[in-house]
Amino acid sequence: MSTTDVKLLGGWPSPFVMRARIALNIKSVDYQFLQEKLGEKSERLLKSNPVYKKIPVVIHADKLICESLIIVQYIDDVWTSGPSILPSDPYDRAIARFWAAYIDDQWFPSVRGIAFIAEGDEAKKEALEQVAAGLELLEDAFTKCSKGGNFFGGERIGYLDIALGCFLAWLRVTEKLGNVKLLDEAKAPNLCKWAECFCSDAAVKDVMPETDWLSLNHNIRKTSRKSFRTQSTSFHNGNIRSLSSPTHNDSTESKKITTEPLLPICPSNASDLPSNDPIVR
Amino acid sequence: MAEEVKLFRNWSSPFALRIVWALKLKGIEYETILEDLQNKSSLLLQYNPVHKKVPVLLHNGKPILESLVILEYIEETWKQHPLLPEDPFEKATARFWARFNDEKLLPSIRDASTKQGKEQEEAIVQVEENLKYVEEKLKGNVFFGGETIGYLDLAFGWLANLVSVLEEVTGLSLTASGKFPLLSAWMQNFSDAPVIKECWPPRDKLIIKYQAMIEKYTAVAAPK
Repeated sequence: MSTTDVKLLGGWPSPFVMRARIALNIKSVDYQFLQEKLGEKSERLLKSNPVYKKIPVVIHADKLICESLIIVQYIDDVWTSGPSILPSDPYDRAIARFWAAYIDDQWFPSVRGIAFIAEGDEAKKEALEQVAAGLELLEDAFTKCSKGGNFFGGERIGYLDIALGCFLAWLRVTEKLGNVKLLDEAKAPNLCKWAECFCSDAAVKDVMPETDWLSLNHNIRKTSRKSFRTQSTSFHNGNIRSLSSPTHNDSTESKKITTEPLLPICPSNASDLPSNDPIVR
Repeated sequence: MAEEVKLFRNWSSPFALRIVWALKLKGIEYETILEDLQNKSSLLLQYNPVHKKVPVLLHNGKPILESLVILEYIEETWKQHPLLPEDPFEKATARFWARFNDEKLLPSIRDASTKQGKEQEEAIVQVEENLKYVEEKLKGNVFFGGETIGYLDLAFGWLANLVSVLEEVTGLSLTASGKFPLLSAWMQNFSDAPVIKECWPPRDKLIIKYQAMIEKYTAVAAPK
């Protein structure tokens, strides 16, 4: 199957996009990674996912598949010759699906909240408690699901590893920027060990953002959220000369952005440099 | 060893109803354990300590939680009368719209029914937008599953009786307006299906329940 048969619409910082990339890597599926501009939603994205207007979207031949966990299951269902992502036993599958839904519906929203809450705010303490409570549950779930293996999926990375593991970089960023400890070896020793195994797995290591780059990205987004004033930041990175918020009015500056191919500000993703795909107009 | 299937549910939960329908469609024998959600049993709390909710399916002593997860479990365990399409893309599409129901449609209808003033107006707009998607999904089909009831019909199933209850209680017109003819036809066809029909909770009890719920929300929202 040619590379262009599978396209992934997304962005390197997104943990949800990472899920799709890990799944495609597990199945050794080549794909074209079409990166969305930071802070903007392209026409293509809005057309591909009109309901949620979010990444990731997988475009497989003419078919559009949205929602990261649904995408992962789709990849597992289509590429059956590769290693399985979901467990084979229906009960184990139900457990994996249950915890993945819990992570998305309850746990990650509490993690995400922490990064934007001010120090000293009562809400921060509550959010931290929620995250900690969730990790305690997940530590217990790991013991039951892993059956002695290194991963929730046992000997190999599986659905629940992907569902949780994609947030590890954001956890580290939140710890760094929020000056908090979330994944604590004393309280969640198995999860800490698992995190190391997950991040060094062949299907994961090239798509997991480095903490520093993610922190930078996070700070830009946090600043953009705070105000709609023009922002412009220079990076001493060989690839990008300047990055402006979407509300920047300077047309010269905008031209610089639009004529350059969109490059992720993350050296670990150098292999994802897009071809001459016209993702920017 | 005989199969032991138990379902923890209450009398009205639309999520639990999905499981009742699925079990009936597949012809699976099971025992019902009726819960009073104001006074949850220790067994329910033991089997669902994370969410403390119904439904819980117990299969040979193992609990399965969350209605959409339970539906997939039932599908994978009992192969007769398939509920999900075989084709991976169609399966993904069904899963997508089931999540849409739970994450967008249902909350928007709840908001339209319980909020006041501008917030309610905005919620009603949202409901219309969401129902347009549902209407679109029904083009060329009797049921979301095609010729027969399937997973997505069970996911949307709650609409077929609760929308009219909410319309009666609130005076709103969500689908009664006739704006969504395919959806209205589906609601009738779905409700009339024998397996579905015999499971509906009593309408008069539902009216009382949702009347009380909406009064509670209204009282909280508008203290004077």
